[in-house]
Amino acid sequence: MKQTANKRQLAKLIQQVERLAPADKPLNIMEVCGAHTMAIGKSGLRQLLPDNIRLLSGPGCPVCVTHDCEIEVYLELARQRNVIIATFGDLLRVPGKKGSSLADARGQGAKVSVVYSTLDALKLAKKNPGKEVVFLGAGFETTAPTVAMSVIQAQEEGIENFSVYSLHKLVPPVLEALLLDKEVKIDGFILPGHVSTIIGVEPYYFLAREYHKAGVITGFETHDILQGLVMLLGQIREDNPCVEIQYRGGVLPRGNPIARQVIARVFEPADAWWRGLGLIPKSGLRIRESFRNYDTRKKFNIPEPHPDDKEESNKICACGDILKGIKLPQECRLFGRACTPLNPVGPCMVSSEGACAAYYRFTENGGGWNEGR
Amino acid sequence: MCVAVPLKVIKVTGNMAIAELEGISKEISIALTPEVSVGDWVLVHAGYAIQRIDNEEARETVRFLEELYEANSK
Amino acid sequence: MKGDKILLAHGSGGGLSRELIEEIIYPIFDNNGGQDLLDSAFLALEGGRIAMTTDSYVISPLFFPGGDIGKLAACGTINDLAVCGAIPKFLSVGLIIEEGFPVEDLKKILRSLSDTAASAGVLVVTGDTKVVERGSADKIFINTTGIGIVPEGVSLGPTEISVGDLIIISGTVGDHGMAVLCQREGLSLGGQIASDCAPLSDLAELLVSTGGVSCMRDPTRGGVASVLYELARQSKMTMEILNEAVPVHHAVAAGCSMLGLDPLYLANEGKLLIFARQEKESEIMNVLRNHPLGRAGRVIGRVTSRDDSGKVLVETELGAKRILPSLEGEHLPRIC
Repeated sequence: MKQTANKRQLAKLIQQVERLAPADKPLNIMEVCGAHTMAIGKSGLRQLLPDNIRLLSGPGCPVCVTHDCEIEVYLELARQRNVIIATFGDLLRVPGKKGSSLADARGQGAKVSVVYSTLDALKLAKKNPGKEVVFLGAGFETTAPTVAMSVIQAQEEGIENFSVYSLHKLVPPVLEALLLDKEVKIDGFILPGHVSTIIGVEPYYFLAREYHKAGVITGFETHDILQGLVMLLGQIREDNPCVEIQYRGGVLPRGNPIARQVIARVFEPADAWWRGLGLIPKSGLRIRESFRNYDTRKKFNIPEPHPDDKEESNKICACGDILKGIKLPQECRLFGRACTPLNPVGPCMVSSEGACAAYYRFTENGGGWNEGR
Repeated sequence: MCVAVPLKVIKVTGNMAIAELEGISKEISIALTPEVSVGDWVLVHAGYAIQRIDNEEARETVRFLEELYEANSK
Repeated sequence: MKGDKILLAHGSGGGLSRELIEEIIYPIFDNNGGQDLLDSAFLALEGGRIAMTTDSYVISPLFFPGGDIGKLAACGTINDLAVCGAIPKFLSVGLIIEEGFPVEDLKKILRSLSDTAASAGVLVVTGDTKVVERGSADKIFINTTGIGIVPEGVSLGPTEISVGDLIIISGTVGDHGMAVLCQREGLSLGGQIASDCAPLSDLAELLVSTGGVSCMRDPTRGGVASVLYELARQSKMTMEILNEAVPVHHAVAAGCSMLGLDPLYLANEGKLLIFARQEKESEIMNVLRNHPLGRAGRVIGRVTSRDDSGKVLVETELGAKRILPSLEGEHLPRIC
């Protein structure tokens, strides 16, 4: 089922990109999804693109944008004796305000269980009736329905020692927030494949309609990304921005309506804090009142987060600008020096999917792939 | 959070299914894609099928690559 | 011996300890070269420098497709000697057992350790057993120390690596890591892959005898990527590998895509990563092709230049070159 292209096909696609790239002006294309950032880094694609096509990495790594004040909350929960934290592996090493992570907490005796699926988290709750299992619900629209299903299942089966700490974020609102920022200059978006599997095309219409931006929902193989780029460049060249689907095998125009119903049954949109970007209206998901018994915030009386944005831990860190595509990682003064994957300062370095971490990991001297050509 | 893998459904039991790739199989939930049946390919994310893969649409990608190849060999 | 569980008293030094050692452990290691098991073993070694290594084995699950912790404890230490060009001769075995551990499992593990050592011509000559309270250890931990002889004239290591050397892997990568992970992550293997756990001393000796090997490693924890990274730094060289040349069993590739992992970072327990002089390529490939543990061997890259910081580049399917990143922290399944 999985299709991979051969070298000649890939070379052909790169030629098409070169042919469609405008000669006169640079184009800023943002890949929104962290998995695209990883795939682009792994393939070495940036080196081969024409100089005037800049691929910018967007805010699409849910782990990176989890606000440090939320991290402090779950680290505090992890320290409680009767609590087992169930989490996807991605969150394990993400540091909070004071630099410590779930992995550190585990070293100090906290019970932290890495799960692959909410199904495993439910099993964990059933196996440990005397403990409270707190599942850290991080992720975008792709992951939210699987977490919502676990809440529904917990209610149906009467599993009372299970709750979800919702850190979920939504993609379209953050794209809109980026476009509202006057400093941001993006010509088109490589839109996330699997988020769109759930939400379909409709939530992106505003990109073209209100902001005149191109968008292509793209798959994750190298040839998918190249084909997505060709389609984007075509929209831009013809000055006909719209939302197209390159990833036709994985995304239907209508998305997955059942998954959306499941999300809507358990969650409601809420304002959310993004690490590096601040508060974005209606960009998160909160558990509805009807499922309050499964909401960690209510169960443990956790107050709404009110981070003081002015106390940003490090003023030099450019992650805010990097998430918006204003700066490239190597343009930050901390990048590769004070800030590395082992010792991350800002959100873009905390997870392997973050823009800075991907640049650091896949390029020589931690950057400079545009100079290399 | 966007890693999803195409797997082939080989057994369905209520809301749960067994899906495999290259002989490696795992139990998944099909609660979000109740229409799937044995033999279907699904996209699996975090233990859940999130989409039945439309074979016709997936073939489009293959066709696209073949056309590229032919264009190239000429 | 009475009872089917290991008790704390089995480690007390008294009668039960003697029972465990004499009735269970000695009969399994009866291939110790006819020595009485005294507090120390006396070894007669001739013909070169002595190489010594030690390693401790902790793994969950204890039994996995293709092996168990006993086989692993023999292979791991034998292979650490073999990759240095040493011919492994003797092993010590230290056991730390959690109270309540089934005697049957202990027997199985020790038998497989013993058989594996014997198959590589290695004698188990001394050992130690401790029993700790429930919860103080996870079932069983094993330490093995190995002693081998490095024949005259053999000198392998990172400092011997030079520009132009070929980088060769003796078979598919990631089999052991995937076999263990699948059990842990609830994936069913369907008999497709098993751990590659095997003693490599015979193959290593044949390879070294070609005179074309500059350095060898067994890419265990952290996988091929981590070993390349380490050797690039130690040898101060730039190494380049071709991604598509790396042999990966299709089921390992499938498991990796299901778990969001990269086979280059998965552990191997029966593979050699060989740095070889280019002019000896055909001899070395011949040795590999004619050995059961090297049939799928392939050249995956080469050492391209000196570089004080030492780096590893990967040529991708696009023909672009990128850095092979080092592993930070545990290699965890990712969903994003």
